[in-house]
Amino acid sequence: MANSFSSSSSSSSLSMKFDFDEKPHVLAVDDNLIDRKVIERLFINSTCKVTTAENAKRALEYLGLADGQHPNHNDLKVNLIITDYSMPGMTGYELLKRIKESPTLKEIPVVVVSSENIPTRINQCMQGGAQEFLLKPLQLSDATKLRCHIEKLNNPLQGGVAREDERA
Amino acid sequence: MDSVVQLQRQLVDYTVQLFNEGLLDDQFNQLQQLQDESNPDFVVEVVTLFFEDSERLLDELAKALEQQSVDYTKIDAHVHQLKGSSSSIGAQRVQKVCIDFRNFCEERNIEGQVYLQLTCQKCLHQVKREYSLVKTKLETLFKLEQKVLAAGGSIPWPM
Repeated sequence: MANSFSSSSSSSSLSMKFDFDEKPHVLAVDDNLIDRKVIERLFINSTCKVTTAENAKRALEYLGLADGQHPNHNDLKVNLIITDYSMPGMTGYELLKRIKESPTLKEIPVVVVSSENIPTRINQCMQGGAQEFLLKPLQLSDATKLRCHIEKLNNPLQGGVAREDERA
Repeated sequence: MDSVVQLQRQLVDYTVQLFNEGLLDDQFNQLQQLQDESNPDFVVEVVTLFFEDSERLLDELAKALEQQSVDYTKIDAHVHQLKGSSSSIGAQRVQKVCIDFRNFCEERNIEGQVYLQLTCQKCLHQVKREYSLVKTKLETLFKLEQKVLAAGGSIPWPM
């Protein structure tokens, strides 16, 4: 089977902890080759490691969530998933739902991107647990903003966002 | 032989013209911003991928429209892809004719099949035209950049 996802660096962390020296790892899912290349560069330039997947099925395989797989999260460390909405087979929304249904992966922020500004689509994704919904084409400012967000989420004591829903 | 300054002037003028004609939009600037010393050929690489992918899609579209029974869902999917990639590199006019093409496809239940097929062929023709135009212009742009670099100058970006 051809390798349909690629990583910008070879090794993945053995630890779930986010270290200061380590770059955040972004999983980018998009069926368009040019978009994958651009998104990859956007995040590499924002000092992230990037793995790309050409469709939702490959993304699920990478995450260990595909049917028949046993999730092994000891060596998987993904800090952000960014997915296109319109993809053949499984849409970005369906991918979002699968991730949010996973007890181990639901905490990973998922950003949905689309070239179409459709309010019902945006609502659907936000209701489904998306971190954010962005319009294509993505720009460098989007990537740097998301990168800052990942930092805050992983270092809550460093002036990050308070988790309202975890207060008793 | 033109001086570095003259070559840079030519490059700037040419680029500005492409923006003024609506062939390129701000997304092209975004790509330029992503290019740096560690990745000096990024724009050419992405645009080359765009050329290859577009030509594949245009072939697929032509084939699909020649079928006895045209699959308009497939046509829409291909045009959607082309719309997406042209948008991502800033090829504004290609993007626009793709949007027009999709709008025509959506009206497919209103008019007869033959009319629709002809309309789509016309749309495809327009997309091919805009694509060829932007391809020629970008290739000229890259050649001008090479001339500037070969003469020892740097690319004055943004313009």
